[in-house]
Amino acid sequence: MTPLAQLLEAALFSAARPLTVEELGTLDAESTHADVRVALEQIREHYDFEQHGVELVELAGGYQILTRPIHAAAIERAQFSVRTPKLTAAALETLAVIAYRQPVGRAEIEEIRGVSAGGVLRSLQERGLIEVVGRSEALGRPLLYGTAPVFLELLGLRDLADLPRAEELTIALQPHRPSVDDAEEAAAYVEAES
Amino acid sequence: MTATVALPSAAPPVHPPEAPTTALGAGPGFVVQLDAFSGPLDLLLHLLREEQLEIADIPIARIADQFLQAVGELGLNQAADYLDMASRLVRLKAQMLLPRGSEEDGWEDPRSELVRRLLEYQQIREIALWMGKAAERRAEQFARAYLPPAPELPPPPLTLEIMDLLLAVERVVAAIPSPVLHRVVARPLDVESATLRIEQLLLDREQVGWLEALGPRPTIVDVLSTLLALLELAKRGAVRLVQPTPFSPMVIARDAARPAA
Repeated sequence: MTPLAQLLEAALFSAARPLTVEELGTLDAESTHADVRVALEQIREHYDFEQHGVELVELAGGYQILTRPIHAAAIERAQFSVRTPKLTAAALETLAVIAYRQPVGRAEIEEIRGVSAGGVLRSLQERGLIEVVGRSEALGRPLLYGTAPVFLELLGLRDLADLPRAEELTIALQPHRPSVDDAEEAAAYVEAES
Repeated sequence: MTATVALPSAAPPVHPPEAPTTALGAGPGFVVQLDAFSGPLDLLLHLLREEQLEIADIPIARIADQFLQAVGELGLNQAADYLDMASRLVRLKAQMLLPRGSEEDGWEDPRSELVRRLLEYQQIREIALWMGKAAERRAEQFARAYLPPAPELPPPPLTLEIMDLLLAVERVVAAIPSPVLHRVVARPLDVESATLRIEQLLLDREQVGWLEALGPRPTIVDVLSTLLALLELAKRGAVRLVQPTPFSPMVIARDAARPAA
């Protein structure tokens, strides 16, 4: 590995969060962002070819050294580290609405999910997954929420574009096919009653 | 799909006994867990899926009945959101029952709003599932462990003089109605005589039992006095306290280093 790759490896090892190319570029004034990218690729290939227990992962707009999934069970059994607890269905649904509709207010989230969202929003905010990004112009100027960088880290996404696009999902919003079955029945029922 | 319209709208759902469906309430003892659903739309989708019904073609009357039944089984204390949906369904059911003129009359299907919401919600659920799987995959990989830094506190919004603070404290203290709630009466513990009694006993014998050391008919004050005396003696190294087995009475022994107490 080149000296630059070694320097970047040390920085990535020491950091507790993903580091962006811009941040890594500040380590060495002589190196351009292109140099940094080349060095990062070198680190990645080094880990892969030498079959290291860690790998260089691109996520949340930056790079981070993570253990390979194959070792997860053993590490957890030995209690050296623990898996992040799973999010509840309510939390995931709320995150989904925010991720696709941001900036979005509480009322819209509640309208889509059909349940009050105060508690879920608070706990998502406490976990740093969402943040207040502004205020709506609507009555009462309600807070607007958006996803925070930790959201991408938690899901292992490079950026929001990694989320599935609406048209890739099996269920897309379909145009409503009018149906008269129920109405006919109902009409028949009313006639029978009268 | 013919099954979806087989029932009269206003009649309760009838299930043939030989074909128990998976619909809620079809089998006795089927209990719906509130936690199993993340909201009324989730429950509605569940009901539709169980019956393999199309969202766009939702038979309101039947689904409304099933929904009400499910909400009844859920218990109402937590189910405000479910009740809201139930009332919407009942209103829709009533709207569907109203006779209307010709189809070309510009009649708008009252279900369209609900259908739109259900489809939208279903899409959100699919995204949520995808995100859950992504998070699970990510959780298989560990980053370097670290202690998260303490949360940043917002800068103190006010600057105040120490006198202002003291005055504020005084106001708060003055506002406390009456701080004396219970007066504790000190009971006279007699550690000295308990110490004497134990030393007396150990003059004659190598060791004595805890119950003996208490003396005849001990009161709670005697027990406490003896305990304190023993601890004090043990601390001074005058006696050794031994408990042969767990929960057995303590044995008080003369300290071997100092044979004469």
